[in-house]
Amino acid sequence: MATTAAATKTNWWNGGKSPFNVEYGKLMMWYFLMSDAFTFGAFLISYGTIRFSQNVWADPNVVFNAFPGAGHTNLPLAFVSVMTFILIISSVTMVLAVHAGHNNDKKGVMKWLAWTIVGGLAFLGCQAWEWHHLITGEHVVLMDNHLDVIGQTTRVNPWGQMVNPATVMNALQNTPHDALVKIVGSHHHEMTEVQLAALSDSQLKGMIDTAELHVRETGPVAFGGFFYGITGFHGFHVFSGVIINIIMLVMTSKDVFTNKGHYLMIEKAGLYWHFVDLVWVFVFLCFYLI
Amino acid sequence: MSNDSTIHVHEGAVEHGVHHDGDGHHHHKQSFVSKYIFSQDHKTIAKQFLITGMAWAIVGAMFSIIFRLQIGYPDQTFPFLETFLGKWAKGGKIDPEFYYAAVTMHGTIMVFFVLTAGLSGTFANLLIPLQIGARDMASPFLNMLSYWFFFLASIIMVSSLFLSTGAHSGGWTTYPPLSALHEASSGSKRGVDFWLVSMAMFIVSQLMGGLNYVSTILNMRTKGMSMTRLPLTIWALFFTAVLGILSFPVLLSAAILLLFDRNLGTSFYLSDIYVAGQILPNEGGSPILYQHLFWFLGHPEVYIVILPTMGMVSEIMSINSRKPIFGYMAMVGSLFAICILALLVWAHHMFVSGMNPFLGGVFVLLTLLIAIPSAIKVFNWLTTIWRGNIRFTPAMLFCIGFVSIFISGGLTGIWMGNSTIDIHIHDTYFIIAHFHLVMGVAAFLGMFAGIYHWFPKMFGRYLNNTLGYIHFWVTLTGAYLIFWPMHYMGLAGVPRRYLDFSLWTSFNKFDSLNKMISIVTIIVFFVNLMFVFNFFYSIFKGRKVRTTNPWDATTLEWTTPINPGHGNWVGEIPEVHRWAYDYGKDGRDFIAQTEPVKPGETGH
Repeated sequence: MATTAAATKTNWWNGGKSPFNVEYGKLMMWYFLMSDAFTFGAFLISYGTIRFSQNVWADPNVVFNAFPGAGHTNLPLAFVSVMTFILIISSVTMVLAVHAGHNNDKKGVMKWLAWTIVGGLAFLGCQAWEWHHLITGEHVVLMDNHLDVIGQTTRVNPWGQMVNPATVMNALQNTPHDALVKIVGSHHHEMTEVQLAALSDSQLKGMIDTAELHVRETGPVAFGGFFYGITGFHGFHVFSGVIINIIMLVMTSKDVFTNKGHYLMIEKAGLYWHFVDLVWVFVFLCFYLI
Repeated sequence: MSNDSTIHVHEGAVEHGVHHDGDGHHHHKQSFVSKYIFSQDHKTIAKQFLITGMAWAIVGAMFSIIFRLQIGYPDQTFPFLETFLGKWAKGGKIDPEFYYAAVTMHGTIMVFFVLTAGLSGTFANLLIPLQIGARDMASPFLNMLSYWFFFLASIIMVSSLFLSTGAHSGGWTTYPPLSALHEASSGSKRGVDFWLVSMAMFIVSQLMGGLNYVSTILNMRTKGMSMTRLPLTIWALFFTAVLGILSFPVLLSAAILLLFDRNLGTSFYLSDIYVAGQILPNEGGSPILYQHLFWFLGHPEVYIVILPTMGMVSEIMSINSRKPIFGYMAMVGSLFAICILALLVWAHHMFVSGMNPFLGGVFVLLTLLIAIPSAIKVFNWLTTIWRGNIRFTPAMLFCIGFVSIFISGGLTGIWMGNSTIDIHIHDTYFIIAHFHLVMGVAAFLGMFAGIYHWFPKMFGRYLNNTLGYIHFWVTLTGAYLIFWPMHYMGLAGVPRRYLDFSLWTSFNKFDSLNKMISIVTIIVFFVNLMFVFNFFYSIFKGRKVRTTNPWDATTLEWTTPINPGHGNWVGEIPEVHRWAYDYGKDGRDFIAQTEPVKPGETGH
């Protein structure tokens, strides 16, 4: 028995065949993903070293607590959970597309690829909303001994430590007119900015309830750069994945793969898509959970 | 389940390539553009890389001539410089800003464009399919793109030389904050953006090339070509490609973050900076972070430069000694060890950057470990030529020169690898001498060896031997004359990157030495221009190759026709039956890899 087994054993490494029993394109995709993993690895390790060299970092439960249409309701990490769920579901639909490809089921491939594209676009839409919300957010911060209203950009971060009420009262007295207008405007949506600007400083100050302002110091500047940089780079990957999937969809509909007799290209696109999802799991972990 | 179908697909893909590319029987008419410009033939792409690399080498060397004139003759003016450089050399004296741009561009061009793209681009493309027995690369199309991304990177880098604010001048390492702040220097304005974008294109090119090399070597070997029958060139190019795939993406990360810091106001590398009377708002970043990211590429990069030449030298030395390579498996093992260690020693470039001394100790240990595989390789080369029947072809001379220079430059690595000594000689001429010898000159000599050896395969003609000998002896002697004295200058404390030492009386004793170095640099430059002449002259007028195997070598590239078409072999790809180093075996001078092992013959 042992001898017959040895005789029929293929020596994969002796040349004339692929040692991993895959065609070169899939091999290349794996090596590309390895390379890309190093790019993301470098980003995330950079993020980690900078973050843990700081005394304070923004609390993700505070930063990511909004939900479209929910106003100021505090829903920590609810929206990002939805995003993550969408992306993971799109991985499932991709698996189904690859599976349909194995069965040479053109209709199945097209259906599941289309759903994957929808998932990818939905994720990108969510990301766009989240970015927009963060950049245009109106947060009252203590800055140079007066109050100001800022969003989360690459240059400023509004999520430092909470400021005690006495300091807030003191800072409110030093706050210039236009900042007061912005502070009142962010809480009293019934009046336009022009109407508010017409009011005097003391009238505006009277409209402010310092306890509900949740005034913080400005936070770590590096937060914005890393958040937008890394989620943006990931979003760019999702975007390219969607483009690739659209190309695959067009090629499938034009019977390119039917004529070839196999759907290997879908498998390779699938590898890329799963990788992008996997990277998101790490981005999610590093930015939202830790 | 899907195994059969994938294998079938694989074979289908190969056949597909054969029919399309022609297997030598029928040359279908190709236009000039598809044959010489957007070619997908690996041999043509190799030539494109080589010739572009040579153009870059001339540009890079001209920069060194310019700054050597300044260092050797700081008091003199050279009116012809103003003719060429305009405002950068008013009155024939080069502007300090331009001096730094010249040094930066010299480093960037030589390391990336010549010794990475020009070297592995040329020889990986030429030798991998020919020596493993493949019709072409796994993906000829990506291979073509790899060259054209390199070309695009070249265009961007060249255009940066013509910016009104000047090219990037912050050193080839591009450390922030100097490189991150527009206001830090003239070269840090648009120059750095051009540099970063050019490098990003270059990384894409390297990635496409590297993926192709690795998958071709693994997947496309001909029947019988097991991994341990591969010529050492292929092993070396394989490890080079692996290093490139793993380290260049990290440089991409570093470059992207730097671009953001420069243009989007982020603070990845910047914190607490006061420049031109202003406090910058950047806060929380770390310049040391950039150094870590950069050297995670930067150190493997020096092995990306030297490994291909190590492989070629092993091959050429064995052929011209008419002896098998000594310690084949030890050679492969040490290449592997170097490849792993290359990724674990980057912080030895940062001993004086304020890094934790304990971490420094770890990196000292890992760095010194590299001496072991390097020494194994050197001893194996020496024992390969030991009592060999040596043919002193120009290629062989360059190989011997390579080993000599590699020893001379490598030994000083042990000095600098020790952080305590490094503190003294850091940023002096000692390190200039070290890395120019061990990765600069050595890699160039190895590259020349490869060019002289495989020129007959590339163009069907020989390079002129007499010019080759002159080229070798002047270059080798020149290299020692230029870089050996720099060790003494470095030990005396002469710092690198300074354009004028006349204010230090203690360094005045080196004035005439500096002049000598500058003169030798110019001589070596012109002798290498003579090599360029030899190269182009021989393409058209060189002695014709009359036999398919001019060096009596065993490897597969010499079983192809003298001028192989796209597809390399006429008819079937040959099968391989033995390793690549059966020289002087059983009373025969050499036995080709294609010859079956006779009954009773001791196989390798």
